[in-house]
Amino acid sequence: PPQIRGSRSKALPDRALVNCQYSMATFSTGERRRRPHGDRQAGELALHLKQTFEAAILTELYPRSQIDIYVQILQADGGNYCACVNAATLAVMDAGIPMRDYVCASSAGLAEDTPLADLSSPEEAAGGPQLVLALLPASGQIALLQLSARLHQERLEAVLDAAGEACRALHAVLDGVVRERLREVTVLLGD
Amino acid sequence: MKATPLSNCERRFLLRAIEERKRLDGRQCYDYRNVRISFGADYGCCIVELGKTRVLAQVSCELVPPKPNRPTEGILFFNLELSPMAAPGFEPGRQSELLVKLNRLIERCLRNSKCVDTESLCIIAGEKVWQIRLDLHLLNHDGNIIDAASIAGIVALCHFRRPDVSVQGEEVTVYTPEERDPVPLSIHHMPVCVSFAFFQQGTYLLVDPSECEERVMDGLLVIAMNKHREICTIQSSGGIMLVKDQVLRCSKITAVKVAEITELIQKALENDQKVRKEGGKFGFAESIPNQKITAFKIERAAIDTNNVEEQAEEIIAKADPPSEVFAKPILHTPGTAQIGEGIENSWGDLEESEREEAAEEEGEIEAAAFECQKMETEDTSTMSETKKDEPIVLSDSEEEEVIILEPQEVPKKTRTQTNSKQENTSKKAFNKRRKKKRAAY
Repeated sequence: PPQIRGSRSKALPDRALVNCQYSMATFSTGERRRRPHGDRQAGELALHLKQTFEAAILTELYPRSQIDIYVQILQADGGNYCACVNAATLAVMDAGIPMRDYVCASSAGLAEDTPLADLSSPEEAAGGPQLVLALLPASGQIALLQLSARLHQERLEAVLDAAGEACRALHAVLDGVVRERLREVTVLLGD
Repeated sequence: MKATPLSNCERRFLLRAIEERKRLDGRQCYDYRNVRISFGADYGCCIVELGKTRVLAQVSCELVPPKPNRPTEGILFFNLELSPMAAPGFEPGRQSELLVKLNRLIERCLRNSKCVDTESLCIIAGEKVWQIRLDLHLLNHDGNIIDAASIAGIVALCHFRRPDVSVQGEEVTVYTPEERDPVPLSIHHMPVCVSFAFFQQGTYLLVDPSECEERVMDGLLVIAMNKHREICTIQSSGGIMLVKDQVLRCSKITAVKVAEITELIQKALENDQKVRKEGGKFGFAESIPNQKITAFKIERAAIDTNNVEEQAEEIIAKADPPSEVFAKPILHTPGTAQIGEGIENSWGDLEESEREEAAEEEGEIEAAAFECQKMETEDTSTMSETKKDEPIVLSDSEEEEVIILEPQEVPKKTRTQTNSKQENTSKKAFNKRRKKKRAAY
């Protein structure tokens, strides 16, 4: 959604406020979930999304306004947060809000000394270490880094690299998609 | 209550000090504050002090049926609470962002790292398991809640003893502490969080930020590690952009710090164990010194004062001499005095049609005059003096009544007013009106 005016007391005088809400549909996971949002995990993910996008969007161009990002998970099969970030990147680009760079996110893990990129749900549930990385590919800067479960320090670099590569591959895909869409839109508008 | 904001001067001062690699309390960039661990009389209760930040941890257990999708595992429940006791900015019952963040961090650090063996908490598969509940309360906030909370959590879990249980067929007997000694939890490893604060887009980094440093920081990176150098959790927050080798460097620093802290924890646990076994006194009452009036003291910190004298002299020499002081009060009439003279009112003719040339009191620092003090009161300063024989043309503003002191040209604060008969009020009348005005309040 594009820029929205309003938001009284929390308005920041020199930049835009980014507000994120994350919710999962009840049918998204294997067993039907009761509460789509309001539990702690949703709150945490929304917070992380907000943090990532505050870093990536050029908020100084929109003082005293608010940008809302709503994400809804329709089907969860591992890598929820990453999918949200990628989707939100595309949405923000489509809305025309200027960003520093694409934000690409990917998860990575380790299975017996082999780093794996983009874990799916059974791989996540297996209990191995899981690293989530949100990257701005051009500068290589990390907007968000999160690790759960045990990982030996020596392995950290390998896993980080795997995630970084996956993000770059994703960046290529996202870039392609955006350019394609732009081409379509200009063709349609041009007529 | 809202927390007191940090002034710009303080912010600038802190940032400049950090650029020069100095911290307010004299620590180095990678130094931790003093960690003190004290135990309560019950098993599973401890207080951790990291500098002035204090966290209280309490572990308790109860028998419950297990979760349906994990019938052979016990349940762990973590809860961190921020009360207004910790800082005036915290409000009870309101879920703030910080609370969610801290809670999730503690959960991930202690639960996902599997530091507590949950299988051993199972008594009868599918029917009865132990539910271990860890409650953390923040008692004082002076920065770096996460580290203190994680240390408190893991120490409390290590210290806790659960009642012994025996199973005979279908029957479960829970023994009280008198019958059989309570059993400690089986803990695989001790994850400890270390926080790094970043400043100036990642150029400077500090370990264990204090509260003021937290307020000016750009972002925070938390790494939880155990002494076997396994990373349990990494979390970056605050919207900073990191680079990969910064993260790797931080993880190396963490390894060092965690080793030190784990040693401290072990020593504290052993001490407590020893004291209890020897039948000595233990508990919080012992750890708070009672000859002192306050139980909250700061250890001495060595400060480098070598250059202070030279620097101070330098500063004084370069500074401008203080400006001239207006010395003499001007005595107009007995009982009134005025120090300094104000400048003319630059608001133009607001309400009066006449322009007065008398000096202005606007923006004057209090004169010693008694009248002036009374008149000064509220906001605006449509000041004008009146010369004696001139009728004041009134404005229609409903500001307060003007009291004109009579014949002398005493400059006074007056307000535009709504009656027009001014000249030559005698002092008596003036007093009367003054009293009336006072009574009006």
